[in-house]
Amino acid sequence: MSEENIKLTVSPSPHKRSVDTTRSIMLDVIIALMPALIMSVVLFGFRSLLVTAVSVLSCVLFEYIARKVMKRDNTIGDLSAVVTGILLAFNLPSTMPIWMVIIGDAVAIIVAKQFFGGIGQNFVNPALAGRIVLMTSFANAMSDYPAPFAWRNIAVDAVTSATPLSQMTSVYKAGDIDAAINAAGLPTLTNMFFGVREGCLGETCAVALLLGFIYLLIRKVISPVIPLCFVGTVAVIMLIAGKGSLTFTAYQLLSGGLLLGAIFMATDYTTSPISTKGKIIFAVGCGIVTSLIRIFGNLPEGVSFSIILMNILVPHIEHLTTPKPFGTLKEKKEKKEAAA
Amino acid sequence: MAEKKTIFQEFSKGLLKENPVLRLVLGTCPTLATTTSLESAIGMGLSAAIVLVCSNIVISALRKVIPSKVRIPCYIVVIAGFVTIVQMLVKAYLPALNDMLGVYLPLIVVNCIILGRAEAFAGKNSVIRSAADGLGMGIGFTCALIIMGGIRELLGAGKLLGFQVLPETIPPMTIFVLAPGGFFVFGIVMACANRLAEKKGKPKAELHSCCSCPMAASCSLKDSDDKCENEKKEAAE
Repeated sequence: MSEENIKLTVSPSPHKRSVDTTRSIMLDVIIALMPALIMSVVLFGFRSLLVTAVSVLSCVLFEYIARKVMKRDNTIGDLSAVVTGILLAFNLPSTMPIWMVIIGDAVAIIVAKQFFGGIGQNFVNPALAGRIVLMTSFANAMSDYPAPFAWRNIAVDAVTSATPLSQMTSVYKAGDIDAAINAAGLPTLTNMFFGVREGCLGETCAVALLLGFIYLLIRKVISPVIPLCFVGTVAVIMLIAGKGSLTFTAYQLLSGGLLLGAIFMATDYTTSPISTKGKIIFAVGCGIVTSLIRIFGNLPEGVSFSIILMNILVPHIEHLTTPKPFGTLKEKKEKKEAAA
Repeated sequence: MAEKKTIFQEFSKGLLKENPVLRLVLGTCPTLATTTSLESAIGMGLSAAIVLVCSNIVISALRKVIPSKVRIPCYIVVIAGFVTIVQMLVKAYLPALNDMLGVYLPLIVVNCIILGRAEAFAGKNSVIRSAADGLGMGIGFTCALIIMGGIRELLGAGKLLGFQVLPETIPPMTIFVLAPGGFFVFGIVMACANRLAEKKGKPKAELHSCCSCPMAASCSLKDSDDKCENEKKEAAE
């Protein structure tokens, strides 16, 4: 080896590079969402596959059009629009009219994402923004949940009925919580765990969502801090609110979109804090707001509102939890010195 | 501002280039509150425009009489006088509109646009110029309100001026008549106005900073204090 061939590369930091790209991470998220999609087809029929497919296609299309109109680079290749499409569809009942799904996609991609500069710039989770706009606009269509297996006509109760979560509100108001749970005729906890209940098409099956969670953890796409703190906070508050009733807490954790929100939406890179301390504050905040809305609010579900609310607070959380670079003085002292 | 504008330019600048709502971002509160339907938007826009033209004329005529130290109270008295007249007329002839606008009709007294034009323009310019400015700004305000009110009523209720426009089988998007929808429409219309105004090759509107706004203390939309201090320093230099 002659000395002429030895090269000394001088470059600015970062020096450590990862092979992960936006595309590979988004692909992992899509893979992690697949079990829930398969379960939704099993539970609610091919209509849920149609809703998801339409949602994904229109998200990609809106992303393409918006980037084209705004004369920016085409970003549909990074698959983030596909993830948004799947997540939004998962938050809708499978009976949702198709044109409403498309409006939700337009709001998610154009208003919440591209108006603010595209991927990495959105201040709230696009899929949740789409869901909330649909929920405030078409409250009837958004709460028209089909019973599981109704599409195969094998359901005992094929009539659309209240979700377990909306029943939980009245359970909470009753004096004796355990007795009220028995009286309410809720699905058994096993059924709740496997998703045999009314609800949005992707949120019901806890097993499938947990499978996705484990996959994301193994692939190191998300850190477990946010989902665990989020769900843990809700569990603690519900245990207190339910006067120590474990059944009540279990129903609260398995109903609504808590798992879907905690695993896939609160962990969105753009709209969650970077530092672990920040993540804990963010997730505990999500848990508190979710529980408060579920217990005291007019709406049965509070997951989407809590995540959106904490999304907006993320810049402030980041500001509070910025780690101190090694070897520097405390910020307060620096300020005083600057003032003097 | 080196060259003196013609009377027509004073009038036309309020329509798009310096549109009070869409370009100067003044009077945002009544804009969002009264554009839930086209009818109330038109009512609000016209009432404010009438008050704006009249107060601009009177304040401009009195500009040499009003001592500069107490000019804001004097402006408020003049504006309040005209608002009272308009309010009485609306109450007498259009009681339905009065109910619809509610508290926003008397609140024209403290409308940022009217006080802003009195302070920034009518207090320094001749009567005719002030009248042209007031008319342009008033029409610009009304147009912005009509556009927003039209979009919000059409999408949020499926109606225009109370008549069913969209077929009733399509459920309206309720969010558009609620506050969040108001902000969506406001932002999008504002973006379109910016695009239009800048496409014509005209320079960006001279935005009046909040530092000179008499309502800055009570206004939640004002600039940070640092910015005002910087501006003061620049002015001193």
